[in-house]
Amino acid sequence: MAKQSDQVHAPLGGPIFTPMFFGLGLLVLVAGFFLFNRFFFGLASVTNLSDGYPWGIWIAIDLVVGTALGCAGYAIALLVYILNRGEYHPLVRPALLASLFGYALGGAAVMIDLGRYWQGYNMFLPWLSQYNSVMLETALCIAAYITVLMIEFSPVFLERLGMKNVRRKLDRVLFIFIGLGILLPTMHQSSMGTILVILGHQLSALWQTQLLPLLFLSSALFMGFAIVVFEAVLSSVGFRRPMEAYILNKLSTVMAWLLLGYLVLRLGDLIFRGDIVLAFDLGVDAVMFWIETVLHVIALVLLWPRKERASPQRMFVAASTMLAAGTVYRINCYLIGYHPGDGWSYFPTVGEIMVTVGIFSLEVMLYLIFVKKLPVLHTVERAYIEEHAAEARDQGSAPVGHAT
Amino acid sequence: MQLNRRAFLKFAAVDGAVGAAAGGTALAAAETASAQGLQRDARAMPDDAVGLLYDSTLCIGCRACQAACKQVNGMPVDIPEVYEDWNADGTWDTAVDLSGDTLTVIQVYQHGTMAVKDRAEDGYAFVKRQCMHCTDASCISVCPVSAMTKDPVSGVVSHHPDRCIGCRYCVLACPFGVPRYEYDDPFGQIQKCQLCTNVEGQDIPACADVCPTGATLYGRTKDLQDEAERRLGMTAGEKHWFPRGALGDDRAPHEAPAAQYLNDVYGEEILGGTQCRMVSGVPFESLGYPEDVPDYSYASITEGIQHTLYKYFIAPAVLLAGLVYFAYKNARGHRPEEWD
Repeated sequence: MAKQSDQVHAPLGGPIFTPMFFGLGLLVLVAGFFLFNRFFFGLASVTNLSDGYPWGIWIAIDLVVGTALGCAGYAIALLVYILNRGEYHPLVRPALLASLFGYALGGAAVMIDLGRYWQGYNMFLPWLSQYNSVMLETALCIAAYITVLMIEFSPVFLERLGMKNVRRKLDRVLFIFIGLGILLPTMHQSSMGTILVILGHQLSALWQTQLLPLLFLSSALFMGFAIVVFEAVLSSVGFRRPMEAYILNKLSTVMAWLLLGYLVLRLGDLIFRGDIVLAFDLGVDAVMFWIETVLHVIALVLLWPRKERASPQRMFVAASTMLAAGTVYRINCYLIGYHPGDGWSYFPTVGEIMVTVGIFSLEVMLYLIFVKKLPVLHTVERAYIEEHAAEARDQGSAPVGHAT
Repeated sequence: MQLNRRAFLKFAAVDGAVGAAAGGTALAAAETASAQGLQRDARAMPDDAVGLLYDSTLCIGCRACQAACKQVNGMPVDIPEVYEDWNADGTWDTAVDLSGDTLTVIQVYQHGTMAVKDRAEDGYAFVKRQCMHCTDASCISVCPVSAMTKDPVSGVVSHHPDRCIGCRYCVLACPFGVPRYEYDDPFGQIQKCQLCTNVEGQDIPACADVCPTGATLYGRTKDLQDEAERRLGMTAGEKHWFPRGALGDDRAPHEAPAAQYLNDVYGEEILGGTQCRMVSGVPFESLGYPEDVPDYSYASITEGIQHTLYKYFIAPAVLLAGLVYFAYKNARGHRPEEWD
């Protein structure tokens, strides 16, 4: 414990320019081509957006799903700093990094999608602010959160640059930003649900409910935890690092309870309102509802605490299922369940899909560069893990590691 | 035994953590379950609010309103893909729906043999679309940058492109599908009817101005409602006078036999009320206007939720204080001194 120091995190090293890196780069270039068209010839030249479906996958996936995937930092910060579960500390930095990219690129997708992006800054002019607008609250909150994420993540840069003084000063006030870093996602993730409430009858009753803010908040949380597990397993396989299995296993219990609460709320609300009957009115809505629901149930079954420790494989499958479940829920809310009236239909164009793929590729590229060049990942050794696992067993919830 | 206890304690610890979250969840659920509890008060329509009365039974489908609207608003003809073959030069305006180039449009309802006008079965009917100028408009409620505004006197809902960021939330949220965006223009904007308040020298909306039968009539909404009710009281087949242009105009009225009206004025109560009203012989739902919707505005629900959660910013401030306290406490074991 005494030897805890900055060396706990270390850059991975290794070459940046791998074949995978070039592959991803190619996808980003393809996205760039479509973006050129979007900005020079209008949204119609690239997208299938219409006045029936003014929001497509750039909003539903890049922003609404993308920022949920970016909730890793939110979920972990809540565990480590508020519920004082210090043993999850090794997961904080990679989670913050994933959040930073998830949110920054979600924000970038919005700028691409805005029809009058050159006036986008109007959002920040107080004399134009319209305080009844859920979107204003959401947008300002997301912008603020991206800033907070940068501050929360900045110790990584300061460490790398050896700026110990600045870092020490920052550390004295960091707890304020940690607090903000939990408040802001609580606000805007729930608001992303509230955004849909005003659609009224235009959103199928399978999804339209005043619980939308609460459902979106809980889905953001379990997707946040799921992405933490997902990335931990991937990076341990991809970079041949030992698995942080003990931590992940405990995390799965948290996720299981959260998911159970969500499902009770989601289905209970549908039954209470009586709109569950729509689920048996076979059509696209019902099928998508069942896919969504079954995915949630499978994830819950996989995560449910058992006597023996879950294998990394099962954790990975569980986390992936959970991500898929949350993703389908969000797409259902923003696209599938939305019925603007007869005669309208929407399916994304190749261009729209490639821009989305490009944005996610850019996210992975940046993540790889950062973990290789900056002290993001925990220097896990098998012995270290086991030592702390034993420690935690003996002391209950003794915190391990240090602030960011 | 010991193992069991340990497992239990561990379980309880995790449970407690999640339990706290679940408790808050349940509380919020109970709150949101009572919809009316969170709903804000309904908005009242300004006394001198103005609008249009569209009488589907008087409409002859001549589309003079559509042409006049385009003329005064300086909008090009609309050529949907289906008509590109024979109207490539844009000789005719063939708009079939509202669009970035079309602020009002006449559509037709057709059923079966289409033998009789204003009859749902084996009949047909015309319907006009344009902004309904809601009393409590969704487009105004959703706009983050005040690009949609309501005139405090006339109640006209106007759009300000110089403020608009093009997020198209208004397009998504409008229950009548009115605001439209220009997707084929790299610098496109939102377009919607503003009752010609944006057109210089146009005292009344061009569509009402040119309507030959008085099917589209302009006036104070309260007066239009009275006029609508007068029509509903008519006996079908009896000849009546119908005012043209604006209510109270001195222009000659139009004489026609009254149609078989449905006993309902559209827009009086629906979704918090609209300043434009409509009467018809065919159910409004068939004409493409939503009927199975609440009497309150959707904005009153959303704003109720938002302003309850964020009232004076108390809840977020308290939450932040708690979070900062715990973050301070829990990160304290790892203050900077330890790192040197």
